[in-house]
Amino acid sequence: MATTAEGFDAHHEDHAHHDADHKPGFFARWFMSTNHKDIGTLYLIFAIIAGVIGGGISGLMRWELAEPGLQVMGQVVEFLGGEGTFDQQGHMWNVLITAHGLIMVFFMVMPAMIGGFGNWFVPLMIGAPDMAFPRMNNISFWLTVAGFLSLMFSAFVPGGVGPGAGVGWTVYAPLSTYGAQGPAVDFAIFSLHLAGAGSILGATNFITTIFNMRAPGMTLHKMPLFVWSVLVTAFLLLLALPVLAAAITMLLTDRNFGTTFFDPAGGGDPILYQHLFWFFGHPEVYIMILPGFGMISQIVATFSRKPVFGYLGMAYAMVAIGVVGFIVWAHHMYTVGLDVNTKMYFTAATMVIAVPTGIKIFSWIATMWGGSIEFKSPMVWALGFIFLFTVGGVTGVVLANGGVDDNLHDTYYVVAHFHYVLSLGAVTAMFAGWYYWFPKMFGRWHSEFLAHLQFWIFFVGVNMIFFPMHFLGLQGMARRYPDYTPAFEQWNHIASLGYVVTLVSVAVFFINIVYAFVAGRKPEGNYWGEGATTLEWSLSSPPPFHQFETLPVIQDHHSSDDHISPAPAKG
Amino acid sequence: MAGAKNHDYHILDPDIWPLVGALSGLTFTSGMVLFMHEMTGGHLVLGLGLAGLIAAFFGWFSKVVNEAQRGDHTPVVQLHMRYGMILFIASEVMFFVGWFWSWFDFALFPAPLEVVDGVTFNRLGQDGAAALQQFPAKGIEVLDAFDLPLLNTLILLCSGTTVTWAHHSLIHGDREGLKKGLWLTVLLGALFTCIQAYEYGHAPFAFGQNTYGSAFYMATGFHGFHVLVGTIFLIVCLVRAYKGHFTPKQHFGFEAAAWYWHFVDVVWLFLFVVVYVWGGWGAPIH
Repeated sequence: MATTAEGFDAHHEDHAHHDADHKPGFFARWFMSTNHKDIGTLYLIFAIIAGVIGGGISGLMRWELAEPGLQVMGQVVEFLGGEGTFDQQGHMWNVLITAHGLIMVFFMVMPAMIGGFGNWFVPLMIGAPDMAFPRMNNISFWLTVAGFLSLMFSAFVPGGVGPGAGVGWTVYAPLSTYGAQGPAVDFAIFSLHLAGAGSILGATNFITTIFNMRAPGMTLHKMPLFVWSVLVTAFLLLLALPVLAAAITMLLTDRNFGTTFFDPAGGGDPILYQHLFWFFGHPEVYIMILPGFGMISQIVATFSRKPVFGYLGMAYAMVAIGVVGFIVWAHHMYTVGLDVNTKMYFTAATMVIAVPTGIKIFSWIATMWGGSIEFKSPMVWALGFIFLFTVGGVTGVVLANGGVDDNLHDTYYVVAHFHYVLSLGAVTAMFAGWYYWFPKMFGRWHSEFLAHLQFWIFFVGVNMIFFPMHFLGLQGMARRYPDYTPAFEQWNHIASLGYVVTLVSVAVFFINIVYAFVAGRKPEGNYWGEGATTLEWSLSSPPPFHQFETLPVIQDHHSSDDHISPAPAKG
Repeated sequence: MAGAKNHDYHILDPDIWPLVGALSGLTFTSGMVLFMHEMTGGHLVLGLGLAGLIAAFFGWFSKVVNEAQRGDHTPVVQLHMRYGMILFIASEVMFFVGWFWSWFDFALFPAPLEVVDGVTFNRLGQDGAAALQQFPAKGIEVLDAFDLPLLNTLILLCSGTTVTWAHHSLIHGDREGLKKGLWLTVLLGALFTCIQAYEYGHAPFAFGQNTYGSAFYMATGFHGFHVLVGTIFLIVCLVRAYKGHFTPKQHFGFEAAAWYWHFVDVVWLFLFVVVYVWGGWGAPIH
């Protein structure tokens, strides 16, 4: 429907020529922004930087784990000015796994998915000129940056036997209370406060935007599935993050002001912290994956040239995942001594989530069924997502069993599971979205060849890292240790080689960006052609600084799928 | 910049306050860390961050008020603000869920504590531990719920009616009634805060040391902080009322303050029932 794009461009030339593309100066544009596309770009750049740091830390971890014994941590400690004692090496390991987890969750996946793609494409897809609260949108971003800086500060101040917060991304008490002296853990806790405040403000912004700013004629049941996914995600953020804020505030007062929320000496309960944390933490893992679901739905439909199969089922499956996601949290705590009835409930409730998730997987497959599939790079990444996420989902069903988890809890099986759904699921979805929308966002074509090449290297690399971890976990290798018995050497060695392969794919990713900005062709408005039907394809690539100065009107010729044509579709 | 737009949404010019606010937040939290660990410069950094935050709030909301006065807040923009405020309050509710969760955990599954001369002992595994599983722990004297806390309940409920009086006066064009109602609400809010402060000063149990003192002060303390914020919000409305802001048809700044005030009121009712009445049931009264 390139024709619709022409219709819009012509309109835009007529009326808004002087205003729509007027951009502020450099400082005002990037540091004082009230423009959803610029803020989205800032989020994406930030997420890439955080991802490189978080991924670099993975490199140190895989290097250490490449063979048994401690070989790398000592050098890292000495490089940072420590003596390299055994305790300091162990602490450094804890700092690295903590930083890796927090950075990847709060400063890579969330900013990229919701801040980046959400900011860019929610207003475009619903036909809105911007977000509901443009100024608040900006502070959401800068609070995320502030949180990241606070986490970086923590690496350089005392946190026990060495610098940095070595408490795990879950910040469990009592390790995080009287187990870790020094200001590092406090900086890390405040990092979550700041980033969390940004996310809550962002969530109110998205919900308000989606409810109030849909173009005339776009009912909720005609909204693209990516917008649905961000809507559900925003509700999860809004309701889950404040509970985390309360929990980590209790940590702060336990650490510094003598309260005993998690200290049994004063009647407190470390398990209470785990409950509060996972009441947030479980919705959080859906926060990380749901926007990916939305993107995959758009991409699979586009490259199958078919409306997505079972649109309403897809939308309400996400709602169901969001709702049920709030009542399964204790499956992260099977080994703390829950009574057997509680474990039975949480086992059953957790398995229920496989139903809406199955609806999504099968509907994506059904969307492709009989479609005229084009294997453009976003589609290849999306297919990779469906496969990898399904593997992670199946091991999730295994781990949902309280009895099985008694054996597998805190083993590499769990590490394999959540990396399959996140670093292979969520990250693959992000790359799919990146190549789907890169020309739209930046007005330059990436190289499709390099995008395909990156996919295949990435696919081989991440499977090499994480598939052997299933075996290691089943054999009993515990997570969160820098050392292991030589019996586990072989698979660990292969996993570390896999990291090197994945590193090559990341290099291809950056080469592709450089290629695009140096030599990339200019894309048309709707460069994917007939299958791409949502409103962002009715605009130029990149869209004008302020789009939809006249709101598009959605016609009623498709009743209940997510294919939407803007009204001024002439010719 | 938004000269040619054909819609009622609010397209904003670039603004420095979000960046100032975020960096002030970071400065404030960093100052907190330095202060808590008694490191050099803690007070300075903390003060700087707080000043920056106050400046950011003031600068930011002044702009919003000016935009409202200028007529930028079309009906749909006002609707945005309604949604935004409701969602913000929803997130605040979940914040208090965390504090109530810890309270119920401690009250329903009490540890065998004993407080002797202000020092808390956990008798777990000792003789007679089972008999000590009560909340509040043996040796804790509590405040009489039906003394000052009941008075405070009545004060807050009363302030809920005065803010409604102000609202109805505003709707019916009675500016004097608006001011009177707001004055009374602000004074009742301040009175509540003073009584809370007095009671904190005379409470028979300390902050921290055991679950009762921890959960009591953190839950009621965060509520008190919200009362303070709500009172400031109402004072801003009072100032705006004197400046002639608000019309019978458009006064969302006032409504948001009133919503927030009612939210604070409802949280207090839960605190009164759960913490003061039920939470102290059976314990010796100071």
